[in-house]
Amino acid sequence: MEHFDLSLVNWSRAQFALTAMYHWVFVPLTLGLAFIIAFMETLYYKTKNEEWKRITKFWMTLFGVNFAIGVATGIILEFEFGTNWSNYSWFVGDIFGAPLAIEGIMAFFMESTFIAVMFFGWNKVSKKFHLISTWLVAIGANLSALWILVANAWMQHPAGMYFNPETARNEMNNFWDVLFSPVAINKFLHTVSSGYVLSAIFVIGVSAWFILKGRHLLLAKRSIIIASVFGLVTSLFLVLTGDGSAYQVAQKQPMKLAAMEGLYEGSEGAPLVVVGALTPGKEYNDSRNPFVFRVQIPRLLSFLGYRSGEAFVPGVKNLVEGGYIYTNKEGKEQLALSLEQKMERGKIAIQALADYKAASDAKDTTAMAYHKNLLDSNFEYFGYGYLNNPKSIIPNIPLTFYSFHIMVGLGFLFILFFAVLLYLALRKEFKIKKWLLRISILMIPLAYIASQAGWIVAEVGRQPWVIQDILPSVAAVSRIDSGAVQVTFFLFLIIFTTLLIAELKIMFKQIKLGPKEGGK
Amino acid sequence: MNPLKKVFLFYYEGFKSMTVGKSLWLIILIKLFIMFAILKIFFFPNLLKRNFDSDSDRSNYVIEQLTTKSK
Repeated sequence: MEHFDLSLVNWSRAQFALTAMYHWVFVPLTLGLAFIIAFMETLYYKTKNEEWKRITKFWMTLFGVNFAIGVATGIILEFEFGTNWSNYSWFVGDIFGAPLAIEGIMAFFMESTFIAVMFFGWNKVSKKFHLISTWLVAIGANLSALWILVANAWMQHPAGMYFNPETARNEMNNFWDVLFSPVAINKFLHTVSSGYVLSAIFVIGVSAWFILKGRHLLLAKRSIIIASVFGLVTSLFLVLTGDGSAYQVAQKQPMKLAAMEGLYEGSEGAPLVVVGALTPGKEYNDSRNPFVFRVQIPRLLSFLGYRSGEAFVPGVKNLVEGGYIYTNKEGKEQLALSLEQKMERGKIAIQALADYKAASDAKDTTAMAYHKNLLDSNFEYFGYGYLNNPKSIIPNIPLTFYSFHIMVGLGFLFILFFAVLLYLALRKEFKIKKWLLRISILMIPLAYIASQAGWIVAEVGRQPWVIQDILPSVAAVSRIDSGAVQVTFFLFLIIFTTLLIAELKIMFKQIKLGPKEGGK
Repeated sequence: MNPLKKVFLFYYEGFKSMTVGKSLWLIILIKLFIMFAILKIFFFPNLLKRNFDSDSDRSNYVIEQLTTKSK
């Protein structure tokens, strides 16, 4: 294998992870808080109660702070595509171009236009138009997220395209297959609903602080009720979409599922690990017990992954060695290839691309047709041709496993939290114990941890793939100096940390100031 | 009133009456300046656009990259 600068690949990955994670600090609050504000303003519109207007405007200010600091942080990811991941950028062709162009237009026209009405339009446009604008900001922000998540879902499960060996680009042949791929639908719903849950917790946490301080009690109580209802409904929905996402992972990314569950040896009627500690340094082919301890529910992993308690769930070892029966994309049962066989077919595909190119340059149409046919029949394993040992196909299992369990554990904790708060808030006398109010504040960082953990599962769990089975990160990266990537990594670290500090500082200041125009 | 003037005044008065928004806009402008005038120009060129004149050259380069990386 020609030398791969692994330090370049790793720094490029680290830089992308850093920018994506910082970007995701700002996004989920925008997605959910926009809807919470829209609900609050709807109550103002319906009841004409000025207190609802004050409440709406207060949360709108915090929304504005978060939106302003976070806006355009995602653009840096696009810069990185062009510089650090130029092979990948070219290879994905118009698959990314179309959704990202739609996202740009939507973000610009919907969010930018109506966000101005939302902030500047009080007393200048009719109440109805203002309310519609607020709803359109919420819908626009979420639609923007849709297109980004569709692009990401395509990387997890490429669909609706064919590879053109003449241009070395994947070309979209069915937009609807890209948009309505089951992975895309589940990813979108699961991701945005996680943002709703985070936002509900944010509203509750800030409101709890007000109650502890004995300030703005009416605002705090009403906000807790609205956010608890919103949070409870969306966190239950989050369980459903999480189940849908995990089901898709089982079908399309079995190695990720094995990493999520620390499943080294597959079995029929596989159990789901509820909590556990992995054995440090465990290799996929040694005979050590993968867990120091674990609590598990029998057959649940088989049921959740394949909708049958008896189904076979392949583990890491099975996925490397092959030889088990699985259902392929066409719904037919098939014997799984070993990694070695896949690598062999991947190398055939890559060689076919090189030979096709040579034939094309020589204008030898017969040879072109032959090599194209060879490429097409092996293209689903194209990326395996870049791999050279079994370990290269295994993601970081401890990071994926613990992130997954932290995310799921916190998700269920949030459901309980919303239910308890709503029960207490709806009693005749609104009374929430101080300790629960303090816990409510503590829930805010936990919501961010759960949200980031979700992305770690999605992205670390699918390594080594940038595009599942077709392009690994080693082939996607540009040939540039890894020192340059290190410099920009630390540059971003400084810029984003400064932005985060700025956001927190302004946000805390606005929370301390509280709502304008009085408040009870 | 001219609709364009109306829109202009809407934004003008909106920006004028901002309080916390002013510091936020300052942050946004500084951020956009750093991103587009510094990072994009000096650190993040689009390599394929910069190094090649045509899509055909870009394709050839990427094919060469993809087919030699596996060897």
